[in-house]
Amino acid sequence: MFEYAPAPESRSVVDIKPSYGLFINGEFVDPTDGGSFKSINPASEEVLAEVAEAGAGDVERAVAAAREAYDKVWGPMPGRDRAKYLFRIARIIQERSRELAVLESLDNGKPIKESRDVDLPLVAAHFFYYAGWADKLEHAGFGANPRPLGVAAQVIPWNFPLLMLAWKIAPALAAGNTVVLKPAETTPLTALLFAEICQQADLPAGVVNIVTGAGDTGRALVEHPGVDKVAFTGSTEVGRAIARSVAGTRKKLTLELGGKAANIVYDDAPIDQAVEGIVNGIFFNQGHVCCAGSRLLIQENVADRVLESLKRRMAQLRVGDPLDKNTDIGAINSAAQLARIKELSDAGSAEGAERWSPPCELPDRGFWFAPTIFTGVTQAHRIAREEIFGPVLSVLTFRTPAEAVEKANNTPYGLSAGIWTDKGSRILWTADRLRAGVVWANTFNKFDPTSPFGGYKESGYGREGGRHGLEGYLNV
Amino acid sequence: MTATATSARSDLSELGRSETALRTFLHGLPGVDQVGAEQRAAQLGTRSIKTTAKAQAIDLAIRMVDLTTLEGADTPGKVRALAAKALRPDPADLSCPHVGAVCVYPAMVPYVAEVLRGSGVHLASVATAFPSGQAPLEVKLADTRAAVAAGADEIDMVINRSAFLSGRYKEVYDEIVATKEACGDAHLKVILETGELATYDNVRRASWLAMLAGGDFIKTSTGKVPVAATLPVSLVMLEAVRDFRAATGRQVGVKPAGGIKTTKDAIKYLVMVNETVGADWLDPDWFRFGASSLLNDLLMQRTKLTTGVYSGPDYFTLD
Repeated sequence: MFEYAPAPESRSVVDIKPSYGLFINGEFVDPTDGGSFKSINPASEEVLAEVAEAGAGDVERAVAAAREAYDKVWGPMPGRDRAKYLFRIARIIQERSRELAVLESLDNGKPIKESRDVDLPLVAAHFFYYAGWADKLEHAGFGANPRPLGVAAQVIPWNFPLLMLAWKIAPALAAGNTVVLKPAETTPLTALLFAEICQQADLPAGVVNIVTGAGDTGRALVEHPGVDKVAFTGSTEVGRAIARSVAGTRKKLTLELGGKAANIVYDDAPIDQAVEGIVNGIFFNQGHVCCAGSRLLIQENVADRVLESLKRRMAQLRVGDPLDKNTDIGAINSAAQLARIKELSDAGSAEGAERWSPPCELPDRGFWFAPTIFTGVTQAHRIAREEIFGPVLSVLTFRTPAEAVEKANNTPYGLSAGIWTDKGSRILWTADRLRAGVVWANTFNKFDPTSPFGGYKESGYGREGGRHGLEGYLNV
Repeated sequence: MTATATSARSDLSELGRSETALRTFLHGLPGVDQVGAEQRAAQLGTRSIKTTAKAQAIDLAIRMVDLTTLEGADTPGKVRALAAKALRPDPADLSCPHVGAVCVYPAMVPYVAEVLRGSGVHLASVATAFPSGQAPLEVKLADTRAAVAAGADEIDMVINRSAFLSGRYKEVYDEIVATKEACGDAHLKVILETGELATYDNVRRASWLAMLAGGDFIKTSTGKVPVAATLPVSLVMLEAVRDFRAATGRQVGVKPAGGIKTTKDAIKYLVMVNETVGADWLDPDWFRFGASSLLNDLLMQRTKLTTGVYSGPDYFTLD
């Protein structure tokens, strides 16, 4: 009846080089042992670029460069001058946002609508926000003269490659640290474009170093004795290993790990908006979101009504080409992640939950998973306990507010939660009792650089964003 | 669902009999979260409608226009010219469809009727002491009957906002029922004047009230108060007609009116219809735009798509 014609964003705005070296001491260099890996477009499996794999020797060089820059340039530099560089980087990100957005969608698989309207504006906003703090650290509430830590080793995930880079690099640099950052092996390209932006901004050499590679590179980096601070965002499993390796050293550690967030819908909720929030909570970024609202808790007396609306809404989701401006759900980031989502979903069916997806045609090539909900899920099901990190929602019901809170908290994680009700007092009552670092009321997945973000329990420790986000990069 | 829908159907027809039942029902509808509704409307506005989809949308939008003039200065000559334009919006391109209807004041209906007779373009007349509705009920009903007698086959009534805002829902309901009866075979569009209702909760309640009382269409605005149709208000109304059909089996149309001036705006509305209520409403029988200047922008964009170049505004008639 009303078919939307393809509306592809042009990929010619971004110039992808056939191969990339490591960004150490302000320039791109070849890795010592010459190893490399390929980064592919998960929507087509086409190879985008060949990327250097950093070995222990390269990590050594990067940490040494960061140390020298810290000692000689960035550490002694007055905050107001550091701010100038950060403001400059923020502005260049805004100017080149279309290029960055297209590259992010190509490398990650997320819809251009999200990289353009969510990721990139937030990336720039984080740099602007922390640029403002650089010369005001004594007013941040950490004493009269808080000092930076030194060299920060930062390891980030593939779900929001550039945004996680911003969350890590902006506060570290504002506080006066230098960094060595390792992007995820499936999504290194925007970090490498960011390296070019550092050059364009004339950022002093060695302040930002980017070493690409997989788990071994990350391990060499966080275990390097020359780093003063380790910041990691990723899986709880890897987070545990990092915590073990850092234990007993002088390194300061912040971890932002997994989640299994409850999105609680009370019977007096604004249903149409709650349904939007449920969809945004679990299908935003293909569900590759650590704070995704992956457990939907609906009050039993409105469950049928909410589920009917939710299914109708899910049938409107457009799955496909990430570069099409009308795409709502893009590609799963990697074959490995797709396998994990399939395994857990199959376990959901096998354990007796009822599976539903709207009719939807998936492309032949690339990694795809239809938006899926499971109803009849109980707390004992694997899909109610384990993080799926994909477009899969587990639906549970509850009878009373106390039961909702009990179920919401009954998880080893504690990153985020959502509450839907028209009653203000119930929002406050519930939020007080939820053990989660972020609680959204009548909305979900809202981010802002001024707002601290982080978890309870196995979702990690430390806060990123806001004034609180500075603490992890200061000697306080 | 079918079982509950059937029992709900008989329940709803009883609601109009008592003030208490109406109030309980209307205040029991799920609330609307303002921020969420506005965000959803804005999100739908970012859809990119290009090439073939745009051409299709423009022709559909032209067929949905209620070409309107509601001025004290309207004359027989003015409304005849408008009616002629309704029949042939683009004299240079006969493949261009005609609009949905012409909408005028009751006194102008006879002149428009002469031009439109047998054309398939509907003739709508505002009535019931439009735009304020502040007249005795007998006057409003007489206004309605006169417009129908003069040839209008669609009546755009205004609800009694005074009664609605003071909580006298049954009075509003009874007036709509009476106006519907006065319409005879003419279709009844019920103008909620959402700019005066102010909250989305009120918009949802007024929508249900109008549908329960028998309205064939619910319409946002008169165009005579500062805030006319907006995307979020229309979203709430579309959700209401969707839920009403699910509950009763009866389909009701929606007409945003006032302030929709560009093709881009119109396409945002069509996307919203498409993704909120679906293809069943993508038809002039179920969705209309109350507008005047919108038509020329649609024509200009249509010409651009067919010829590849923009023509100046002087190439489009100003009736």
